[in-house]
Amino acid sequence: MNDIVTAIDWSRAQFAMTAMYHWLFVPLTLGLGLVVAIMETIYAKKKLNPDTPQTEVNEWLDLTKFWMRLFGINFAIGVATGIVLEFEFGTNWSNYSWFVGDIFGAPLAIEGIFAFFCESTFFAVMFFGWEKFSIRQHCAATWLTAFGASLSAWWILVANSWMQHPVGMDFDPDQMRNVMTSFVDVALSPTAVNKFCHVITSSWALGACFVISVSGWYLLRGRHTQFAINSIKVAGIVGMVGIIGTMITGDSSAVQVSQDQPMKLAAMEGLYEGKQGADLIGFGILNPNKKWDDDQDAMLMEIRFPKGLSILSRHDPDAFVPGIKDIIEGRDIVDGKEINTVNYNERILRGRIAQKALRDYNQAREYKDSIGMDNARAKLAKHYQFFGYGYFGKVDEAIPSVAMTFYPFHIMVILGSWMLAFLLATVWIVFRRREWIGYRIVGHPVYPWLAIITAPIAWVCSQCGWIVAELGRQPWAIQDIMPVQAAISSVGSGNVKLTFFIFLFLFTSLLVAEIGIMLKQIKDKK
Amino acid sequence: MKILREIFLFYYDGFRSMTIGRTLWMIIAIKLFVIFAILRVFFFQPTLHGSDEEKADQVRENLLRQ
Repeated sequence: MNDIVTAIDWSRAQFAMTAMYHWLFVPLTLGLGLVVAIMETIYAKKKLNPDTPQTEVNEWLDLTKFWMRLFGINFAIGVATGIVLEFEFGTNWSNYSWFVGDIFGAPLAIEGIFAFFCESTFFAVMFFGWEKFSIRQHCAATWLTAFGASLSAWWILVANSWMQHPVGMDFDPDQMRNVMTSFVDVALSPTAVNKFCHVITSSWALGACFVISVSGWYLLRGRHTQFAINSIKVAGIVGMVGIIGTMITGDSSAVQVSQDQPMKLAAMEGLYEGKQGADLIGFGILNPNKKWDDDQDAMLMEIRFPKGLSILSRHDPDAFVPGIKDIIEGRDIVDGKEINTVNYNERILRGRIAQKALRDYNQAREYKDSIGMDNARAKLAKHYQFFGYGYFGKVDEAIPSVAMTFYPFHIMVILGSWMLAFLLATVWIVFRRREWIGYRIVGHPVYPWLAIITAPIAWVCSQCGWIVAELGRQPWAIQDIMPVQAAISSVGSGNVKLTFFIFLFLFTSLLVAEIGIMLKQIKDKK
Repeated sequence: MKILREIFLFYYDGFRSMTIGRTLWMIIAIKLFVIFAILRVFFFQPTLHGSDEEKADQVRENLLRQ
């Protein structure tokens, strides 16, 4: 038993670690791809305009090629780091992999095929085709590379969104897997659409912050000043659009989470007791001893925005937002009326009924008892939405770690707010107050230093976003249907531990290589 | 045939003219070797075996014995 628990923990740690490393590379590919495509478009326009001075054309060509090279380095180092996640599904999470069937497999397969064809054609044209294709064709290939990378991300996010909010499927007890009943419902679920927009726009902001950060370093050193200013102009606009888009889609995410995953929202805010006109916590320290069913204060200290959470999650300042206790006890208020959602004890009971119905179905099938099979199947279908709760002994097991959700959420919001302020200021400064770039406090140039620190801030912010999304939905591998303890394979913890450290070494080496090669390129720029 | 030759030469010339790309391709090759030839072969074999029906039976047993 202890080995199973350890295997679950190590498998979760391994998945988290590999996903987080993978996510260091992906948002830069998505964001920098767009920045490079815009830069090349500007270069192409200048090149095709006979009135543009040749020096200006050369400047934009140099700019495009430099950022394209960094894009290529990041792409090359990051490519295939996501494949290991699929290995982990097959080995560590085989129950899950089988249970989700083609719903999960189809988007991943489409992504794999699509990525291969896009990357081997347009990517090659981008890097090898400067002399062999017209400027228009080359520019189109660059846009298609950026577009293809985003489309690739779409399919991964469709698969992830289905885990967060499973739709468009029926469970088939004969195959012991979920069968897709509507591809459109799966591929275009509101959760998937919103998640895609949130991820893409936040990646634009991250890619832009990277460009501004490197440009800030050149400004600090007094090298390639015009190159840095032009880079900041493009990246500033991309970043501003990206961060505003991130805020808008983040708002829709909060509304969706409040409807589909209210427990996650309660954990994000450390909200144990729901209330009407619930405050949003801007900054706070959780009481580590707080339990969902005791009377202790949830927070040791906090700064609150009155009614902020009600506005954020239900777009109504007086709306009721249920806390962890309300959700467990099945209480909510919608449009002023108290309603009973299904309380967690009942969910556990119904989950066990569903599991018993599945056992009965199997037995009836063995005896070729078609009436028994029909009855059991009907009972299973009736209670299937709570199937996963049947694995819990008590309601506490269905609560995510509040601290691991609350703190990353607030770090994300604080750092995201910094990015918004910085990117708006960047656009204002670079287009309207260029002289402010050289402004100094106690002899130190302010803007370049702020630019340099904003890139790591963007990465931390992006990682925190995924931590909230994934830890906030624990203990579920598939929301309400399959908890992680059911999803795990019968694997020994020793093997998982060993591969955890192999991955840690491999990915750390790749990261060190990427940073080293990039720094060399940045420092050696002619 | 001519098109295939042109495609081949496009990639061949591209790889030959790379500078920083050579280091990157070496990293990619080592990485893919470690991932596919070591990790996949020795550590990440699928844990479900047999036909689809047998796999379904294994999952059924795993999910219902808990």
